[in-house]
Amino acid sequence: MNRDGRRGLPPLDLVLLVALGGAVGAVVRWSLEEAFPLTSGSFPWTTFAVNVSGSLLLALIPASPWLRHHRLMPPLLGTGVLGGYTTLSTYSEETRSLLASGHVAVALAYLLGTLAACLVVVALADLLTTRDSRAEVEAEEGDL
Amino acid sequence: MTALLVALGAAVGAPLRYVAGHLFDVRFPWGTVLVNVLGSFLLGLFTALGVNGDGTALLGVGFCGGFTTYSAFAVQSFDHGRRRGLANVMLTIPVALGACALGFALG
Repeated sequence: MNRDGRRGLPPLDLVLLVALGGAVGAVVRWSLEEAFPLTSGSFPWTTFAVNVSGSLLLALIPASPWLRHHRLMPPLLGTGVLGGYTTLSTYSEETRSLLASGHVAVALAYLLGTLAACLVVVALADLLTTRDSRAEVEAEEGDL
Repeated sequence: MTALLVALGAAVGAPLRYVAGHLFDVRFPWGTVLVNVLGSFLLGLFTALGVNGDGTALLGVGFCGGFTTYSAFAVQSFDHGRRRGLANVMLTIPVALGACALGFALG
């Protein structure tokens, strides 16, 4: 994260790497949604699995010294691939659709279940990292 | 072909998210909150407008999906500690859902 209040744009090479990584992550998510399509009115398991696995992997990046010391890898893999892989817009739309079709219990289970599961896996991953290692990835903007 | 549209949409959405985070994630992840709320609004809007097929691949799955992020949201909510983490959750999840419903209503 940008704690210094830097203004101005990030370096162009990193912007392009995030675009590349985001494209790869989104295509992986799309492939999974195609392979395991959503059934109307039921729990959106595919998006749930995508968001939980992506949150776990993002929280694990600081555990690897090679990854976190690398200038390009945190933005490419964290902000790019995993940011493009996970989605909050589909999560919102699936919840809205479930609520609109009267599946209130499923909607709430999905809304809160995703949040709880993602926070739990991040907490578990954080056991393998230190405050300094997380701050390093944050400073490299690998978690945007 | 569809995969290419998804890739293209995300290749625009993801760097916009990166720039928003770079500019506005100062002490609190406002940039990430912004992209998640705005992306949810747009997906609700596109859904109501009946965007489908190639349009969904490019704008919905690609752009909105690449623009928004759950992984950064989850990691930031956890790393910011209880008070600011809870604020991040409350500013993201209910607001994004409301924005999505608003987009759908306007579409």
